[in-house]
Amino acid sequence: MKIYVLKRILSALVIMWAVATIVFVSMRVIPSDPAQVVLGNYATEEALKAFRHDMGLDRPLWVQYAEFMNRLVRGDLGRSMITNRPIGEQIWALFPYTFNLAISSTLLGAIIGIPLGVWAAIRKNSPVDYISRIVALAGFSFPAFYLGVLLLLVFSVELGWFPVIHQVRSGTLGEHIHKLILPALSLGLIQASYVTRLTRSAMLEALNEDYVRTAFAKGLRPQKVYFKHVLKNIMIPVITAIGLYMGTILGGAILTETVFNRPGLGKLLVGAISQRDYNTVQSGLVVFAFIVVIVNLIVDLTYSLFDPKVKYE
Amino acid sequence: MNDKAIGASTDSLPPLPAAEMPASPLREIWRILRADRTAFIGFFIIVGLVIIALLAPWIAPYDYTDQHILQAFKGPTRQFLMGTDEFGRDLLSRIIWGTRPALIVGVLSVLVSIGIGVPIGVVAGYKLGWIDRLVTWLVDIMLSFPALLLGLMIVTLLGQGIDKVIVAIGISHVAQYIRLARGPTLALRNHDFVRATRALGAGDVRITFSHILPNIIGPIIIMATLSIAGAIRMEASLSFLGLGIQPPTPSWGNMIREGVANILQSPWMALFPGLALTFTVLAYNMVGDSLRDIFDPRIVTKGGSLK
Repeated sequence: MKIYVLKRILSALVIMWAVATIVFVSMRVIPSDPAQVVLGNYATEEALKAFRHDMGLDRPLWVQYAEFMNRLVRGDLGRSMITNRPIGEQIWALFPYTFNLAISSTLLGAIIGIPLGVWAAIRKNSPVDYISRIVALAGFSFPAFYLGVLLLLVFSVELGWFPVIHQVRSGTLGEHIHKLILPALSLGLIQASYVTRLTRSAMLEALNEDYVRTAFAKGLRPQKVYFKHVLKNIMIPVITAIGLYMGTILGGAILTETVFNRPGLGKLLVGAISQRDYNTVQSGLVVFAFIVVIVNLIVDLTYSLFDPKVKYE
Repeated sequence: MNDKAIGASTDSLPPLPAAEMPASPLREIWRILRADRTAFIGFFIIVGLVIIALLAPWIAPYDYTDQHILQAFKGPTRQFLMGTDEFGRDLLSRIIWGTRPALIVGVLSVLVSIGIGVPIGVVAGYKLGWIDRLVTWLVDIMLSFPALLLGLMIVTLLGQGIDKVIVAIGISHVAQYIRLARGPTLALRNHDFVRATRALGAGDVRITFSHILPNIIGPIIIMATLSIAGAIRMEASLSFLGLGIQPPTPSWGNMIREGVANILQSPWMALFPGLALTFTVLAYNMVGDSLRDIFDPRIVTKGGSLK
């Protein structure tokens, strides 16, 4: 068990190193010159030179790489090319917004999706099942950011229940939650359709198992079979899948934050890309990727903790 | 598709056992389309979209750049069936023109994924050894990241514009095709008929083209249908973020972006392009979902799946 955990952590570290390297290399093969991009076409040769020197871009590639890695290990993400502010500080300040959005959407998806999936599986081919399948297909096709736009149109523009711009730099907890509802719904409903589909098929598969037949044969009440036996068994794979889906939710958060004009890592990244602030893009991508790797790691380790069937070689 | 070329090169080689190769993947797909109502409806929506895209200059009431500045932010009227945007451009016409980038990016980016992914997958599954281990490792890493993040990274490198968007979306979905091609290749390379072919003196290239590729083309076509839906959605996402297709060229994504920016002036600007996008993605998913029935990974990969 211990060895498995260590191995898993080590492999996550190797992946993080690989990702950081790939991001670093990609940022250096950009055809355009960052100095020229940041300072504009009328910058003097001296200014360009000074900028390159300031950003360390005039040093050999491997020195830059060593320094990048060295700083990354110490948690230093460098400075923005545009504002010269430390990027780590900015990311740290914005992280809670993205985190809250991702967690609340995931929870929302589970709270709606699991019961609906169970219900649909128990009443297979009933109207409920039919509706659940339509919901799943629709959710699969509906771009989450467009759902966000529709929510914005109905609840903010038409009904006026929520603000159009979800800037929440300061404010009470109530205000924070108020401004989280629509963004979380737009990601959470899509997530719910995915969870419904997943739970339904896991449940259907489990209902064919021998232990279910035995339980019924013993004369147990159906409710007891469904909730005590089947649900317990399918929860592990379902929760694992939900955890692994966090990566997609984080990707969706990039769009959702833009729709609602909500601060967050996604918005920072998109802003940096359009301003061509390569340092911030580089750090933003690395941080995003690290979060995904760490979430996957946690899900994997939790899974191994709860499932006695997982063998650790 | 390339049945003819393959047939010509296999004249002297033993034919595949019937169970290994579906007679024609295209015919099989057509059979499923006819049997499944959902797939059939989806298929006809797609055909309709292709016709709209081809005939855009003739069916769009106005040009997509025509400005009627006095009529800006209009709701649907008889003159402008879906209303107008902030420059008084006809939304219906722009949505009709927007069909083009959506379909072009959808199809071409999937071809990019196939063109890069399938050869890598086949080589990895066929050669094994360190190449395979490296490829499998990289695929696992790529698959654990949201495609949008990869797409954003590539767009940062390449810049904006339709060709770059195609490459970005194509590359960010390569891993799926590597995995799709590798599994069956791994399973097939040790089959008796491949061994027999090798014993008859056929080289690796010939075995690949005449025995491996024909066997994996079916699943690839089906997967392609499903990924076109994802690719169209991703193009819209990138354009929505302002990093994809650039105005004034209309793309449903950048139209939604303009719509959100002007959401208080006119709800229609964001509403209609989004509907077009959703219906298009839905149509591809309707077809792809049904086609998936013959693309059950548990049957296709036969013990050759990753790990």
